[in-house]
Amino acid sequence: MRNFIAKTVEDMPPSGIRKFFDIASEMKDIISLSVGEPDFVTPWNVREAAIASIERGYTHYTSNHGNPALRKLIARYLRERYDVDYDWKTQTIVTVGASEALDLAFRSVIEPGDEILVPAPSYVSYMPGVTFAGGVAVPIETKECDNFTVTPEALKAAVTPKTKAIILPYPNNPTGAIMTQEQLAAIVPVIEAHDLFVISDEIYSELTYGERHRSIASFPEIYPRTVVINGFSKAFAMTGFRLGYAAGPEDMIAAMVKLHQYFMLCAPTASQHAGEEALRHEMDTDFTQVGKMVSDYNRRRTFVYNAFKKMGLSCFEPRGAFYVFPNISGMGMTSEEFCHKLINEKHVACVPGTAFGAAGEGFMRCSYASSMDNLKEALKRIAEFVDECRK
Amino acid sequence: MENDLKLEILDILEDNAKTTAEEMSLMLNVPAATIEKTVKELEDEKAIIKYSALVNRDVVDEDGDAEALIEVEITPQRDYGYDDMAKRIYRFEEVRAVYLMAGTYDLCVRIKSRSMKDISKFVFEKLSVIDGVTKTVTVFIMRKYKEQGVILVGDETDERLVVTP
Repeated sequence: MRNFIAKTVEDMPPSGIRKFFDIASEMKDIISLSVGEPDFVTPWNVREAAIASIERGYTHYTSNHGNPALRKLIARYLRERYDVDYDWKTQTIVTVGASEALDLAFRSVIEPGDEILVPAPSYVSYMPGVTFAGGVAVPIETKECDNFTVTPEALKAAVTPKTKAIILPYPNNPTGAIMTQEQLAAIVPVIEAHDLFVISDEIYSELTYGERHRSIASFPEIYPRTVVINGFSKAFAMTGFRLGYAAGPEDMIAAMVKLHQYFMLCAPTASQHAGEEALRHEMDTDFTQVGKMVSDYNRRRTFVYNAFKKMGLSCFEPRGAFYVFPNISGMGMTSEEFCHKLINEKHVACVPGTAFGAAGEGFMRCSYASSMDNLKEALKRIAEFVDECRK
Repeated sequence: MENDLKLEILDILEDNAKTTAEEMSLMLNVPAATIEKTVKELEDEKAIIKYSALVNRDVVDEDGDAEALIEVEITPQRDYGYDDMAKRIYRFEEVRAVYLMAGTYDLCVRIKSRSMKDISKFVFEKLSVIDGVTKTVTVFIMRKYKEQGVILVGDETDERLVVTP
């Protein structure tokens, strides 16, 4: 019998996260700082809206684009919150998580051999997503000394005649970096000069500390060449609802809808109703729930960051998402060895930076989406471990 | 700014009164000495009233105290208003809380005592005989599901996978 598995799929290594999951899930009594989702349970009003929609019998397909009521709210939200204006009818699509939106964007943009720039380290799906769509993922290494941002120099150096688009994943998983208005402004002319498309993954946009998130789409010259991807998982603690969306130029959204209508049809109907409640409630209450969540995260962020500084580790101060990305390169082992030893000896699970690309070597990702009690205990154990490594 | 710090500290201590100054210092990026000083101020100005634990007695003592809410209607007298009426009630040891209400009755009184019988006795003998109290309705608390924003029955656990991207 032939091998029926497509070579592109067979050749793709499984996610580094997956590998670590297999190790961590076999151990008991571990404190996990490896979780990439909020520790808050979905607010009850949102869960209740999903239940009510099922009770009322809203259990059919929705429009391929997504429910009009939800899309209107999304457009309003993007306008009021991030100053980007989209026509809900023609410029928005509701997807099965931001992940599907990414996949749709990749497949809508990429032709065989196109190069797509991917800042690294970053989320595990970009590189495989680009590859599966037939493109070539070209990493742009972002550095601790540049606050893990994409600099115009690094961008220029990575562009070739084959470059078609750049993924802009800020606030960033795993580094916690954000790109400020000024930092974005610096790369805007480069993007324009090389006629690049931008896939802006803004899933962590609500989770920034100290300053509000800026979308690159708010630059008028970049707006027509950008698709903004966002979703409900992180801001509204709705990971299991699998609800995301994209907003962008009409032709790009139309292309994405085409792919989506053939293979996904629509995002889960109950989730769309839940999403409606989440957005409406937050907009009506001036983002109280989100604000509370953010100030809670902010305390944990500061706590974890300071704890790493106290250990004498170099640590970039994260400004977004819920990750801290300390530099562990001075510990005399690779990130993977360090994280394995840490989990074996101290029962604390952190993800090796290399799970997010080779550029993550020398770092580890610690999620602070965990209770203060867990964080205190975990950081105490990490401090002990670092001490022992230094002996 | 100073007020912001105070509010942050109140938030943290309200959630966990055992949080140390050292821990708060790390959480808020403020020197521990400043935290200690601010906590002292909060205590002095009675913004922090006391440090108590939120307990669920039922766990160790199923036949614990009885609690009731009593709706009290009153007729305020000349020179003797709601505040004075409330004072006559809240000074009793058994009274855990007193609120002035807008609605069909005036004062909501929470009573805690050893048994339902004790509570009834308190209502008959102490509360309804106060001049100006015109009517009382006693409703007993049978089970507490949520107290001070915390769900006591513990039905929600962390269902997340240990490692996710």
